[in-house]
Amino acid sequence: MEKFGFAIRETRTIDFEQFDERLLEYVLSYEPSFRVCLSCGGCTATCSAGNLIDFNIRKMNLLIRRGETEGLEKEINKCMLCGKCVLVCPRGINIRNVIMLIKKGIVLFNTSGKSDQRYYCHA
Amino acid sequence: MHKELFTLPFTIGVAFLIVIIVVRFAQWARGLSKIDKIRIWKNVLTVKSLLSIKESFREGLLHRNIFRKNPLLGYMHMSLAFGWFLLIVVGHIETVLYKQSLSFPFHLPLFFRYYVREETGFFLSGALTFTMDLILLFVLSGVGLAVFKRFRSKLFGMKKTTKLKLSDKVALISLWFIFPLRFLAEAFTSGLYHNGSFLTQPAGNFFNSFLPLDSLMLPVWFAYSLSLGFFFVSLPTSRYMHIPTEILFIFLRNYGIKLKKRCNAFSFVQVYSCSRCGMCLDTCQMNGAGIKTTQSVYVLKNIRNRSLTDETLFNCLLCGRCQQECPVGVELNDMRITQRIESTLQYNSSYDYLQEGKAEKADVIYFAGCMTHLTPAIKKSMVDIFKYAGVNYWFMDEEKAPCCGRPLMLAGQFEAAKKLILNNQKLIESSGAKMLIVSCPICYKVFKEDYGLHDIKVMHHSEYLLELVRNNIIPPAKQPHAVIYHDPCELGRGCNIYDQPRELLENYVDVLKINDEKELSFCCGGSLANLKIQMAERDKIRNGALEEYMRYEPDFLVTSCPLCKKTFSKGTKIQVYDIAEIVSKNLKTSRQRVKHIKDLKKEIYQTELI
Repeated sequence: MEKFGFAIRETRTIDFEQFDERLLEYVLSYEPSFRVCLSCGGCTATCSAGNLIDFNIRKMNLLIRRGETEGLEKEINKCMLCGKCVLVCPRGINIRNVIMLIKKGIVLFNTSGKSDQRYYCHA
Repeated sequence: MHKELFTLPFTIGVAFLIVIIVVRFAQWARGLSKIDKIRIWKNVLTVKSLLSIKESFREGLLHRNIFRKNPLLGYMHMSLAFGWFLLIVVGHIETVLYKQSLSFPFHLPLFFRYYVREETGFFLSGALTFTMDLILLFVLSGVGLAVFKRFRSKLFGMKKTTKLKLSDKVALISLWFIFPLRFLAEAFTSGLYHNGSFLTQPAGNFFNSFLPLDSLMLPVWFAYSLSLGFFFVSLPTSRYMHIPTEILFIFLRNYGIKLKKRCNAFSFVQVYSCSRCGMCLDTCQMNGAGIKTTQSVYVLKNIRNRSLTDETLFNCLLCGRCQQECPVGVELNDMRITQRIESTLQYNSSYDYLQEGKAEKADVIYFAGCMTHLTPAIKKSMVDIFKYAGVNYWFMDEEKAPCCGRPLMLAGQFEAAKKLILNNQKLIESSGAKMLIVSCPICYKVFKEDYGLHDIKVMHHSEYLLELVRNNIIPPAKQPHAVIYHDPCELGRGCNIYDQPRELLENYVDVLKINDEKELSFCCGGSLANLKIQMAERDKIRNGALEEYMRYEPDFLVTSCPLCKKTFSKGTKIQVYDIAEIVSKNLKTSRQRVKHIKDLKKEIYQTELI
């Protein structure tokens, strides 16, 4: 059966009371356009990285909204930032910024969210 | 107060300034890379130093670059800088002649009129007093213009000027006061002792008629000294630090020191060289989208003030228009990319999923680029042309290939980009091709600059097609159309390719000459370098450019970048073509040529059979 793309998944629940929404909040606060995604999947269809390997931006979107941030880092690092997704997005979402924010957010929250000033090279 | 103490603020100010500058310069010199230090040692005793002195004189004192932009603004800067310089030089000559020796107190030339009151009649004394008055008048005219400019900057060809912080204001106001106070002090002295010339003497006589100059003279000299002191003390923390730093920058640049991918002392030299004149503000197209706080001058200011944020740093199209305007020549684009690299250093991808692809043996590799895949007309045109010209080519990213790495580079993901570059480079080299044709200027720039493709000639398709036309491989076919050629930022300002596309186009259509072309061309607004801008803001930038283009009433727009094409075609009713489309469209009209090539191939085939 699995060869046809069908499989029986084990039942599972997501506890909305518990989930880690820091990353979602962080991304939305800097890129509000992310709110209007309608999960059409256009980004995933055109994706240059998705053409090379199993990589699904639309799924990424879903995972963040569910607070399932585990394993996200490995996934998001597949993106090559080429920008095709931004051009095809019917909602005009600035997807490249969303990706960069997720990448940065993961580092920020892994290092207990210290101020990001130390990242620059100041004179 | 002891009479002689009035020069103290000046002396303290100068001493402070010299110490700070020496410490700063030493810090920067130490922070340079080893190779750069060797560069300095190798070049310091060559003609490059002389050239640097000449350039410092031309830009630091005469301000030729600003003159070109606006003569009045240039005059203002020149009268202040060059005038002050002359005051110092002539003042010293005057003192030497008066003293008949080279040793005299450090402050004497500045307060010469105060100390030398009698008609001494030393060699050329009259002429020198006259010259000093003339120079002072020259400087005062500059100060007058500067004060006027603060309130009416439009007359100086500038719509916007930068906002000042406290130390800038202190420095600015003391600078404004220095020369009027010097004038007053000299006038008061000459009113009492008749040691002035055509400017100070009549003024002195006039003041003497109604002011108690006896008791006013010393306080005014003190105020003059004080304003000098304030200016020198506030200089290192204000924007006027650009005066000493710019000279250092000119020398280092002429010695061949360049910005690195990572931030180093040379980046800071450039940061401090910025005078915050604000010339980069007017030219920035982001103004049209209502984004007014992320321009280059503010980024440099934020780096100095330690207040940079991602929202400022990444909200820039990196179109390079500001870099063309900068009178100091700060590498604004690369400065921003360096900061982006630093700020994203902690989260670079490794792309360990990349596999070594299989290269096809071919003479020419064609790399369309991600953006070209969204504008299929371009790649189809290129394929048609290759087939027509009978080129043995390999379409490298026809099915699947990693991105070229430039979008990552623009986002500061340098380490990640390197992974893609290495992967692609291996693939390209293993194909044995001698030429790499690229359709996207964004890819072109990275292939040219960051790939180590030594034996392979990288060409943008506009260059390549021009070569085909020149060699009569594809026929020219002039059509009665007048078009505007839009220079893509990465190809034009980025790689200096302005003439080849125009020459190619002239074989097919007439290219209109417009104001905003070549170095001054617009950005389409679609730039991948801006990670923060919203779609609606991009549209405003695009519409601004289109509006300007439409005034020339072109039959259609031609560009040579898939992203520009895509951006523009969303916003206008007239057709937007890529240069490759223009060429390939006209191939179909000349069937004769096709036949000729078919015959040629048949001939070759037959000879091979025999």
